[in-house]
Amino acid sequence: MRLGARIKDLWREERLFEQRSIAAMVVVIALALVLIGRLFWLQVIRHEHYTNLATGNQVRIEALPAARGIIYDRDGAILAENQPAYQLELVPEQVPNIDDTLRRLAEIGLLASDDIDDVKRIIRSRRAFDSVPIRLRLTDTDMARFGVHRFEFPGVDIRTRTARYYPQGEIAVHALGYVGTISEKDLERIDREAYAGSSTIGKVGVEAAFEDFLRGRNGRREIMVNARGRSVEKLGVLEPALRNIPGDPGQDLFLSLDLEVQRVAEAWVKDRRAAIVALDPNNGEILALVSRPGFDPNGFARGLTRPEFKELNENPDRPLFNRALSGTYPPGSTIKPVVAMAGLEHGLVKLRETRFCPGYFSLPGSSHRFRDWQPRGHGDVDLITAIAQSCDPYFYALADQLGVKRLHDFLARFALGGTTGIDVGGEKAGILPSAEWKRGAFKQRRDQVWFPGETVIFGIGQGYMTSTPLQVAQMTAILANRGRHFKPRLVTAIRDPISREVKTLPTEELPPVQLREAVHWDHAIDGMRAVMQGGTASRSALGAPYSIAGKTGTAQVFSVAQNARYNEAAIAERLRDHAWFVAFAPIEAPRIVVVVLVENGRSGSGTAAPIARAIMDAHLLRKFVMPQGMSANVSTAEGE
Amino acid sequence: MLREDVDSTTKRTLTRTAQILGALRLDGPLLIGLGAIALYGQLILYSSSGGDLGSVIRGSTRLAIGAVLMLALAQLRPGSLRRLTPWLYGLGLVLLIVVDAIGYTGKGAQRWLDLGLVRFQPSELMKIAVPMACALLLRERSLPPDGKTLAQLSIIILLPTTLTVIQPDLGTGLLIMFSGLLVVLLGGLGVRIISALAVSGIAAAVVGWNFLHDYQRQRVLTFLDPSADPLGAGYHIIQSTIALGSGGFFGKGYLKGTQGQLEFLPERTTDFVLAVIGEELGLFGILILLGLYLFVVLRALFLASQMRDTFARLLSGSLGAIFFVYVFINAGMVSGLLPVVGVPLPLVSYGGTSMVTLLAGFGMLMSLYANRKLAA
Repeated sequence: MRLGARIKDLWREERLFEQRSIAAMVVVIALALVLIGRLFWLQVIRHEHYTNLATGNQVRIEALPAARGIIYDRDGAILAENQPAYQLELVPEQVPNIDDTLRRLAEIGLLASDDIDDVKRIIRSRRAFDSVPIRLRLTDTDMARFGVHRFEFPGVDIRTRTARYYPQGEIAVHALGYVGTISEKDLERIDREAYAGSSTIGKVGVEAAFEDFLRGRNGRREIMVNARGRSVEKLGVLEPALRNIPGDPGQDLFLSLDLEVQRVAEAWVKDRRAAIVALDPNNGEILALVSRPGFDPNGFARGLTRPEFKELNENPDRPLFNRALSGTYPPGSTIKPVVAMAGLEHGLVKLRETRFCPGYFSLPGSSHRFRDWQPRGHGDVDLITAIAQSCDPYFYALADQLGVKRLHDFLARFALGGTTGIDVGGEKAGILPSAEWKRGAFKQRRDQVWFPGETVIFGIGQGYMTSTPLQVAQMTAILANRGRHFKPRLVTAIRDPISREVKTLPTEELPPVQLREAVHWDHAIDGMRAVMQGGTASRSALGAPYSIAGKTGTAQVFSVAQNARYNEAAIAERLRDHAWFVAFAPIEAPRIVVVVLVENGRSGSGTAAPIARAIMDAHLLRKFVMPQGMSANVSTAEGE
Repeated sequence: MLREDVDSTTKRTLTRTAQILGALRLDGPLLIGLGAIALYGQLILYSSSGGDLGSVIRGSTRLAIGAVLMLALAQLRPGSLRRLTPWLYGLGLVLLIVVDAIGYTGKGAQRWLDLGLVRFQPSELMKIAVPMACALLLRERSLPPDGKTLAQLSIIILLPTTLTVIQPDLGTGLLIMFSGLLVVLLGGLGVRIISALAVSGIAAAVVGWNFLHDYQRQRVLTFLDPSADPLGAGYHIIQSTIALGSGGFFGKGYLKGTQGQLEFLPERTTDFVLAVIGEELGLFGILILLGLYLFVVLRALFLASQMRDTFARLLSGSLGAIFFVYVFINAGMVSGLLPVVGVPLPLVSYGGTSMVTLLAGFGMLMSLYANRKLAA
């Protein structure tokens, strides 16, 4: 019985096993099909997607920085170029401990310890495999020192890059601007891809405004890397198709600046706080643009240490400040010829009509005296004399007659109170006041009212009114050319460095200023001619073989109390008036407009006018007079 | 005339070969299948090791040891295998406990015993001992198994499984469980019980989650979303799917896989070697390998069905089926279908004792087939 059951069981069990084996085979094949399906999805359907990912893994793009464009002056003198330089670079992902590495680099004197935090910030903002410059322009000593310690600094190495070099040093620095290390702030606004491999960027001036032209296009080189990020030239039979995409060098720029005229201008205000703008009124080209004190842009290109930057940034003379474009000063008497034209246009004054100048002006029903610069007064003056002698009461009265609205509207046509649109950045608009402006400028209701007295001083360019030297130059250019004027510019042409093809940038003529009577231009200009012939600045016109129209001006730094004696000696040097001088020449066919502003220069005629004369001589006569009398001039002024 | 000569020469050679194989108790087709897989594996090892002949020599040596063991086991009589079973199982259990004890007193994971010359993983022994023990028990009982038998089987399977999982080695533990479970399934476990097991398996997975080590949990989580941790735990899966996907249908060419050669692919000679195949030889190369695997598995199942003895049938069937489980888990892991559990690709992954164990299993299978006519 037991045996029978056993045999029966065996037969049944064999059948059972057979079923189960077949089931197992079916399951095996089914699972195999699942696998094949999955692999088909990955390897056939999603093949392209994964191919891209694999390429992304193995190919790294290395940037080849393009050579930055060279900047020339109008005659082809080099203002900015590139020089090979050695710099210390760090590849973050290859450095075991960045903090420690930077600290040790500082210990051997290759990094200022004050800079460590900045360097760290820059490293953090870059990609881990990008080579980050941590110290530019290594000296021979630096390189020798690093050579000794090189093995202690994995991931840090010396690389040769080109660095910006400004052969003229401080000359024209505020026009050119400079390049500096790309900051975190820069990184926020630039296309990081385009700057991969670049360590510097144009910061201000032409270097910043024409960055896109100067920069060129960085080339790219694809390199094969392994999983640890190391470059692999060739591995066994692996030879991927790697591309080399050459870059394009940056475009060269030609500036309108005349280096020789610029040098003369710079020399005359070398030890001053001053601004000079010289331009050609026939096309708006800037011939010289000076802001003193200046600084050596090579420092920025090289990479300033923190203390060096601090020194520049916190210097009370503000060398980094572009006075010519961003400095706003009361234009003072320089606007008098234009105010005179406003009077002529509105029929309030006539050319030969004289007014009596008692040395002051008072508003009707007021005892307040607006004083003339000449305490004893100018007596009977007509329009020409008023400009020539810069008679304040004449213009006080005229301004009062015009009223603030008409005065504002007329001056606004002369580029005052708005930017000129020069082709570099940093330009300030200044203030051309009006009743409306005052309502917006003050918070307190009682401060928002425009007082008639404010119109009076507005007439001589004082009070609320401020202008930049560039604006005053544009105003003078409009006057010189009888209304015709152009957008001021520094860059005149762009050259492709490979094809050598020069593209001249067109001049941009602005809508001309038109007067009701063209002869009013002549009257204002005659007034300015008289300034140079027997007027306030006649000494500066002596011996000039060309005709000059000019106007002096002083801008009050603070007002002196009523009836107080103007005790110059007691006033600190920095509280002295700023000296202005504007001029153009030759009068018949103006070729140059010059504006000189010397901060605390006190006298437009004594300080500023001789500088303008030297610049006009340089441009018109190619006669380059250097200021050996400069210091003498200062002492004379102080001896008065 | 010449052709007949050639034909007869071929025929004679084949007959001679069959005679030799018969004398050695080896199955020709199975041997060819296994040999082809092993050869394929050595070819890929040369590429995945970055052209290192030393690795290939070491791999081939290990293969030769396995082959010798297979040959030796093929000579055993089924009776000897049965008598050996309780001793093997008992030895395996003792060694597992020793390893766990050392691992507990030492630090962290402990999987092998250092025997001086070789390092030996007791869990590998269990991959064979557990199905042997299950098959032996079922031989003595009527099939399908009753409740009492199932309870005994559960103890036989779960005891070594648990000891392995706490080492911790989840992958091998699961494989040990599978190896026993396959015997029970082939033995005719009722469909209702299979369903119940599947349900409780899921429940156990939920409960078991709490007992998993952090790194094991991490593996599961990463499997569910590899992109969550692309440079950490998800790196393996991401890089292996990139390798496979970028290989396409015909691959990038032998030795030309960038993912493998540039070392983006981790564990490319061992657990992730399939990704190297997929990258360099494409889906085509994988299909050839998969074909060889299927041939071996189906051949093993066929051979098992020819056997009269229950122990022989069940053991052989489970050894063939577990071979496929290895393949499926490994391929599933490499292609992102399954979590990364550290199961090698049989006969192709470099290193480990698994190659020796597998070949030993096939040796037993061949012995059992050679003696298939012996019932009781």
